[in-house]
Amino acid sequence: MPYDTLVERRDYSLTGPSAAQAIERGLASAEWYHSDIPRKVMKELMQRRDGPAIRDTALWFVGLGLSAWGGIAFWGTWVCVPFWLVYGVLYGSACDSRWHECGHGTAFRTGWMNEVVYHIASFMVMRNPVSWRWSHARHHTDTIIVGRDAEIGFMHPASILLTVLHFVGIVDIWQWMKILVRNAAGVFTPDERDYIPASEIGKATFWARVHVAIYAATLIAAIWMQSILPFMLIGGPRIYGTWHMFMTGLIQHGGLAEDVLDHRLNSRTVLMNPVSRWIYWNMNFHIEHHMFPMVPYHALPRLHALIKDDLPPPCPSIYAAFREMVPAILRQRREKGYYLRKILPPTARPYREDLHDTVPDREGLRA
Amino acid sequence: MTWHPVCPLDDIDPEDLIRFDHGGRSYAVYRDPKGAVFATDGLCTHEQVHLCDGLVMGDEIECPKHNGRFDYKTGAARRAPCVTALRTHPVRVVDGMIEIGLED
Repeated sequence: MPYDTLVERRDYSLTGPSAAQAIERGLASAEWYHSDIPRKVMKELMQRRDGPAIRDTALWFVGLGLSAWGGIAFWGTWVCVPFWLVYGVLYGSACDSRWHECGHGTAFRTGWMNEVVYHIASFMVMRNPVSWRWSHARHHTDTIIVGRDAEIGFMHPASILLTVLHFVGIVDIWQWMKILVRNAAGVFTPDERDYIPASEIGKATFWARVHVAIYAATLIAAIWMQSILPFMLIGGPRIYGTWHMFMTGLIQHGGLAEDVLDHRLNSRTVLMNPVSRWIYWNMNFHIEHHMFPMVPYHALPRLHALIKDDLPPPCPSIYAAFREMVPAILRQRREKGYYLRKILPPTARPYREDLHDTVPDREGLRA
Repeated sequence: MTWHPVCPLDDIDPEDLIRFDHGGRSYAVYRDPKGAVFATDGLCTHEQVHLCDGLVMGDEIECPKHNGRFDYKTGAARRAPCVTALRTHPVRVVDGMIEIGLED
């Protein structure tokens, strides 16, 4: 293939030829590489606590409240701008990490707290709380396995325009609003039905209707007030405050390998500033999270310290992550099969290519 | 049903579990926070992941892959993505040794 033409678009659907190939190659629901951690240590790392998430959630709500107050109080003047910038990120970006961690059930020890924050954050991030719970489970089962993973961020050849537009959320919320409205009408695509059990479709429809009803009420309020202020508070932050969510989200897997069974090859750990880590709830330790998803966000730095010698060196900053990712993405647009392969430190066990090249039987054990 | 030795009682900490394989099948044997012993099938009903790497919290076992949960005393699925119950198995302690009762 000439180097100046784009690669042929892969089939990323969950019900097409790629899905069949992934299953045939043994890449679906496969065994993955894990760094070694003694059971006793892992038990300590997995322990759930309410304290950190209660503190962070209280800070989050106070931040949302104060910035919303400032935005409303100074509405119509330039003074409101910084308030909306803060509110936008707290709403339109921090919602993603709260949705994610509470969806895993690892944010709080107390189950109902996870559920309450999960539903609030799901609404803010405009995701159906039922559909996305199942979608994300699949993302962990089959991380960046083409034809299986519904949450692949870069589908090759990646569109540069759409990727850039993600930072302002316009295309994003249009697409996700259409999904919510479609789900509210009880319509689910074959892809959605591939990862959502039939028994959960009713719940997914119900929650989509709740979300759509709130957005409809916001629209009515905006018309009645003859103002966009209601949308500055509800929904709008997914446009003007979503940039941090995509800045951190794109570097999770961007430019790395597809169809492998070693998270060190398809996920990226990035060291970043404390503010971004708080907004992102430590998901910058992304290899660690995928290897051990039952470790809560507040324990990920400890997990990182324990296994870092078995992982590729982390990117030292968000900027460094983009510097390595962007050229790789551009090359993946034109070179089939290319991916950024990081050099492991001498202390690490080699990449387990054998896992995805010759997928073994699952130890011959039946359920 | 036949009783099979699993391990000495002290090999499992309270609020923890171990994996036990027998006859080509995998089982999970638990001790609750008070030390009582229970047993279920060893693979999660959602994605066939070994539960032995999961976390025991009170009466629940959390799957290490997707954080779904089961009540290991009854086998009931308690948290998505687990929706199908785990099969439970009888256990007993004889002279300090845990035994699991399995169908022949």
